[in-house]
Amino acid sequence: MTAHPLVVAQRGPRRPRRAVTSLAAVAVLVTGAALTGCAQQRDSDVYTVMNSSTDESYHRWDAEAMARCGKQLGIRIEQQSVPAAQVMTKALRMASSKSLPDIVQFDASEMPTFAEAGGLVDLRTLGLETDGIPEGIVEFGSYRGTYYGAARSVNTLALFYNKDILDRAGLEVPATWDELRETAGQLTEGRRYGLALSAGGAEDGVFQFTPFMWSNKGDETELDSPQVVEALDYWKALLQDGSLSRSTVNWTQADVNDQFMAGNAAMMINGPWQVETLNTDESLDWGIAQIPVPQAGDASVGPLGGAVLTVPKTGDEDRERAAGRVVACLAGEKEQLTYALNSWMVPANEKAAAVWRDRVPELDALADQVAEARSRTGKLGAGWSSASLALQSAFQSALTGQSSEAALKRAQQRATSGN
Amino acid sequence: MTTSTVTAAAKAPGKAAAPDPARLRRRRRLAQWGFVAPAVVFMLLFFGYPLVRNVVMSFQHYTPKTFFTSEAPFNGTDNWSAVLQDALFGKALWHTLVFTAGSLLGQFCIGLALAVFFSRRFPLNGVLRSLILLPWLVPMVVSGIVWRRILDQDTGVLNTFLGVIGLGGDTPWLTSPDVALLSVILVNIWIGIPFNMVILYGGLQEIPRELYEAASLDGASAWRTFRSVTLPMLRPVITVVLVLGFMSTVKILDLILALTDGGPADATQTLGTLTYQNSFVQLDFGAGAVVGNVLILISAAFAVFYLRANRTDGK
Repeated sequence: MTAHPLVVAQRGPRRPRRAVTSLAAVAVLVTGAALTGCAQQRDSDVYTVMNSSTDESYHRWDAEAMARCGKQLGIRIEQQSVPAAQVMTKALRMASSKSLPDIVQFDASEMPTFAEAGGLVDLRTLGLETDGIPEGIVEFGSYRGTYYGAARSVNTLALFYNKDILDRAGLEVPATWDELRETAGQLTEGRRYGLALSAGGAEDGVFQFTPFMWSNKGDETELDSPQVVEALDYWKALLQDGSLSRSTVNWTQADVNDQFMAGNAAMMINGPWQVETLNTDESLDWGIAQIPVPQAGDASVGPLGGAVLTVPKTGDEDRERAAGRVVACLAGEKEQLTYALNSWMVPANEKAAAVWRDRVPELDALADQVAEARSRTGKLGAGWSSASLALQSAFQSALTGQSSEAALKRAQQRATSGN
Repeated sequence: MTTSTVTAAAKAPGKAAAPDPARLRRRRRLAQWGFVAPAVVFMLLFFGYPLVRNVVMSFQHYTPKTFFTSEAPFNGTDNWSAVLQDALFGKALWHTLVFTAGSLLGQFCIGLALAVFFSRRFPLNGVLRSLILLPWLVPMVVSGIVWRRILDQDTGVLNTFLGVIGLGGDTPWLTSPDVALLSVILVNIWIGIPFNMVILYGGLQEIPRELYEAASLDGASAWRTFRSVTLPMLRPVITVVLVLGFMSTVKILDLILALTDGGPADATQTLGTLTYQNSFVQLDFGAGAVVGNVLILISAAFAVFYLRANRTDGK
């Protein structure tokens, strides 16, 4: 790169001064433009909801729901969608520039962090009621006993299986770990694996590990307990059997779904958000079951996933109350059902869930799984992210050769040291 | 812009008395500063401020709460000792060094070879040269996602191809902690080749033809010509390529996130991904700033080296 030598013009004493003034003006303008970018004007009849509905279908469903609620409340509700991974950091930035939207839809595992920082309004003070919502789901939207987030729908993981492949092999849907291992082994053939799951180095992988850890009575507060070691050894055994692809450690949940749809896997662990994609292939005949448990009779405890609608503290109480009404409408029984039927997730409200079960009986297993499901942040709150990072590293080490015990021991140390 | 001197202005007709020379000098100085001022303001605002902020932040307990209260208590060297004692930091530092050295070496050697190759005239030269530019046009994240598919152990194109030509076809490109870093380096080399080739190609065009004629008259072999004419004449360009390459490689983030997410088992965790993880996953902005500062220090060391190398070139 070459720089042109700067030639400074100097015609007379007057000229430079004018140049200085104009250059200074430019500098002021540039600075001014950079600073005014922060300010935001609030319109009294327009309310904003920040969410992560960046997919076309989700964005459309949300927009329709907001239009209906807006009409009912006599206001306009605007949607601002950002990628899921950016909701938190964007909300934090907006908090520091005092330009938070009226409603933020957080992933339930992120809500505690924002609540702990003191950024959320207690929904009960805004007149939202929790009658008819199962205790577990109220807790799902609560942090330290305060109800901050209203869930419209919840989701969890389940075992998806290819009916044709199982029928042809004359096999039953597995219900215990032994059966799963056995069935997966028998279905592994040529390029096809018996089972696909995600053990990627991000939250996807941890989400998928939790049902194995929890159903075996292990827990994120003690990552090196024998129960967690046993669960990880079970994953290792599946891999050693050849029932799981070694690419498992590099797959996200979406990759797992692609493999299942391509016929490269006979069964998979995944969630209802894949149903829409699965249904695009009409030749694919799939079924859904609860995730197998260590011993027959054990409870299958899956992770409770989904988003909650929260009202951030903006300091304007009237607006906060109005935002509460918007949340009440969006998370109301009617809208919940519409949203759940669109997105294949389970409505949070009991009455809505009952109607939903009638309408989509094929996802019954999912509703059962939700009833037993647990939130990831229930025990550690905002400390979940440290445990999650440590756990990712541990199961990846174990799946690529290390002993589960050593990997989890290190993970526990890392999680408690906070790094 | 035209140039003239102050003396010319002083001699200009119509001026009864010659202006005070001291005042003139002052004005001239003011004018000079006036031209520099926008650049200074710009640099201070967009480079100086974030830099200082980042350094200060690394000594603060900076958490999500800070965004609401604007309170970030100073906690001395707590962040630094926590990060430096973390085993992952050492690992990430080592990976960063291997990644940077490997990428630079690969990109530079292949880029130079291609530049030399394309500096001759032959049919389709232009077409091929523009094809090689393609990796440069593709956004990093897109390359990452495409390569993740190509390198998939079971269904990836690369392993399928290797299997067909009888070279195994079962390499765990991205799924083994021993191989993953190498794969990431290879992809980054692929991305970096065009940049190296284009700049070096430009440098080669600047070398006077006569030197090659003289060398061939002296009976120098091709290798000797390359070593004694091409390389020394290219030296300034090589410095630029390597230093710029270093700066963009050492802080790499997007490619690794798209390819491996830092895994498997932290095998591709670099300082770049560690900063991201600390700041945006764990929301411990103080710790993130520490790693960021280490990166800045490393880059600054190279920037100094670059400036010094350029200064000696000028003399």
